[in-house]
Amino acid sequence: MPTINDRLLLIKNGRLLDPASKTDARHDVLLHGPRVVRVGPDLASSDAEIFDATGLIVAPGFIDLHCHLREPGQEMSETIETGTRSAARGGFTAVCCMPNTHPVNDNASLTRSIVDRAAAVGAVRVWPIGAASVGSKGEALAEIAAMKDAGIVAVSDDGKPIATARLMRQVMDYCNSLDLPVMDHCEDPSLFAGGVMREGPRSIRLGLKGIPAESESICAGRDVELAILTRSRLHIAHMSTTGALEYVRHAKKLGTRVTCEVTPHHFTLCDEDVRYNTNYKMNPPLASRADRAALIAGLADGTVDAIATDHAPHHPASKDVEFDRAPFGIIGFETTLALTLSELVHTGKISLPRLVELFTTGPARVLGTDRKIAVGGAADITIFSPDLAWTYRASESPSKSRNTPFDGRNFRGAPVATIVGGQIVYRREFSTTAS
Amino acid sequence: MLQRLEHLLGIEDLTREQISFILDQAKPFQEFQRHPLKKLATLRGKTVALAFFENSTRTRISFATAAARLGADTMNLQAESSSLKKGESLLDTVRTLEAMRPDGIVIRHSSSGAPEFVADRLGVPIVNAGDGTHEHPTQALLDALTIRDRKGQLEGWNLTILGDVLHSRVARSNIHLLSKFGVRTTLCGPAMWVPRELETLAPNVRRVTRIEEALDGADVIIALRVQTERLHEPALAAEEYILRYQLTPQRLQIARPGALVLHPGPMIRGLEIDDAVADGPQSCVLEQVTNGLAIRMALLYHLVGGAAVEPPPAKVPDKAQ
Repeated sequence: MPTINDRLLLIKNGRLLDPASKTDARHDVLLHGPRVVRVGPDLASSDAEIFDATGLIVAPGFIDLHCHLREPGQEMSETIETGTRSAARGGFTAVCCMPNTHPVNDNASLTRSIVDRAAAVGAVRVWPIGAASVGSKGEALAEIAAMKDAGIVAVSDDGKPIATARLMRQVMDYCNSLDLPVMDHCEDPSLFAGGVMREGPRSIRLGLKGIPAESESICAGRDVELAILTRSRLHIAHMSTTGALEYVRHAKKLGTRVTCEVTPHHFTLCDEDVRYNTNYKMNPPLASRADRAALIAGLADGTVDAIATDHAPHHPASKDVEFDRAPFGIIGFETTLALTLSELVHTGKISLPRLVELFTTGPARVLGTDRKIAVGGAADITIFSPDLAWTYRASESPSKSRNTPFDGRNFRGAPVATIVGGQIVYRREFSTTAS
Repeated sequence: MLQRLEHLLGIEDLTREQISFILDQAKPFQEFQRHPLKKLATLRGKTVALAFFENSTRTRISFATAAARLGADTMNLQAESSSLKKGESLLDTVRTLEAMRPDGIVIRHSSSGAPEFVADRLGVPIVNAGDGTHEHPTQALLDALTIRDRKGQLEGWNLTILGDVLHSRVARSNIHLLSKFGVRTTLCGPAMWVPRELETLAPNVRRVTRIEEALDGADVIIALRVQTERLHEPALAAEEYILRYQLTPQRLQIARPGALVLHPGPMIRGLEIDDAVADGPQSCVLEQVTNGLAIRMALLYHLVGGAAVEPPPAKVPDKAQ
């Protein structure tokens, strides 16, 4: 990203929503190169390029805690370049990529190669997550300290849980000393047992092998107990069940550093939506209607810290197979904000400021950092329209994959501009007169 | 109004009228099985592809025979010899079959939903010959034909299904079909094979753990095969199953006099069913096989022959009315 360091960009007439400073006001923002230099009402600058944000929300840059960029090893499905371009279209200025690449990101040289590749071709910032165990095999600890020096922001064996309670305890103790969060994909393998969707009336009807909700909650319970024991930073990834949510609620009441994220597909869809269409196959699977309601309540009451995409690209041929043979996962960068607006904000379940928290200060807190629009701070900014009507077309995505159940869906609300280090890396063209 | 059938993917989405129509259309084909010369020219020049991605003997032979007796040619694809073994995808395999221009494809597959997957992607009529643990619609149709023949009607009976209901596509198709005719269904078997969600499949479905209670008042009994090869979980000892769930002559006496005993086969004598029941006067096992031919001929005639499926003539009264 070549940056013209003395370039001035003035974002005018927008509604600035900055949860860190509790700002919700008609403030302008002046960027100078990669930094924010002024924030306030009615700013003027004769030299600056003007971005007219009339009718738009101006927010700190969105962070995605959970995605899969597939590089190295599965470049047929996605690359750092295509994935980050898709992230930019979704309004994300930074994305955390899971380590289940081929080979697994379990060492510093691989971490560095991801960081370097992202610096060279990435449209947005890429913050890698390192494997907790060597090869994510659940045996020996990975070289976590060396990976931290190379740039990881968390550890996880994502795609599967950290294998045993004993290993989890070691990972937590060790990551505590490094001040890194441990992210876990909560699942009990013996209950999971080859399942392909949530166990319930729908799985029985379709004759698809069910995964009981307790597969997730039992593992979340284990993790919360260990987080209390070790006083470590535990983050429950893509939480989908009432049981796991209750464990997090309990942990938060005790004042522990336990956090969690929810994906847009889990608060939008439920198991009743599943047909023999592999774009409805993800892990964790779409939950029951009751679990979905509980997740939405958790998003509203603050139990849930972040919305994460779990963007999981799979090239078309790999998904165009029998349901039980298809890989788990869907793409999500470009529909996440729109789903959050359409399903949660416009339905009155959460407020716009709460939405911004879930994409900014919430995920930042998980990573142990902050996210704000402040003088001297990074010029990472997400500008979106809460009302723009549009139709999502997966075929227009820069992602290499098309595996989404939301293709053709009509939305109200969309990302309009994504600014990373003062550079506009994505800008939506639309007419202000037409809807 | 009767919807024209494009495919037969399952029973769940069929209407009661469509089911009755298929059963009525099977009648002449039932009589035909008794002719000394069993060959029609109805589908001469037509080709039926039999794509059995999962091993099957009786269903494959039944479809092959049904096609032959209608005068159609068949193309055979079997799991052992198929290119799936070489890593070809289902979609590529069926597209290859389609390129040979069959007039219909009969599919059996171990993945639930595979026939629907294929039907969505090809322009050929698809008949589901059993998919995973989802549906086995021709089995339910032939069972219904058997019950209707023996008992005069489908409406109002008490049905008991015994065994591993969770993993049974036969049970699902039968529950869907018979509940459309007001049949009350009782499911009975080891608790881990009869989860409570099965009660949501259709109206009037209940679960009972004791076989004696399940058989009390039964008019029709379907004993399922114990499908040990399907189980992901630790298998139940066969002795335990026999002790609690085997259909024995003593237990059969609990059912209503003249209750029918059906089994989709292959039957494991001495496990789910006692010899005396399997061979007794209430057993319909061999009629089921013969009726399978009639049902499959009727279906191929309509789906492959391209004959317009029209409402049954008004003079055939719907017994439910």
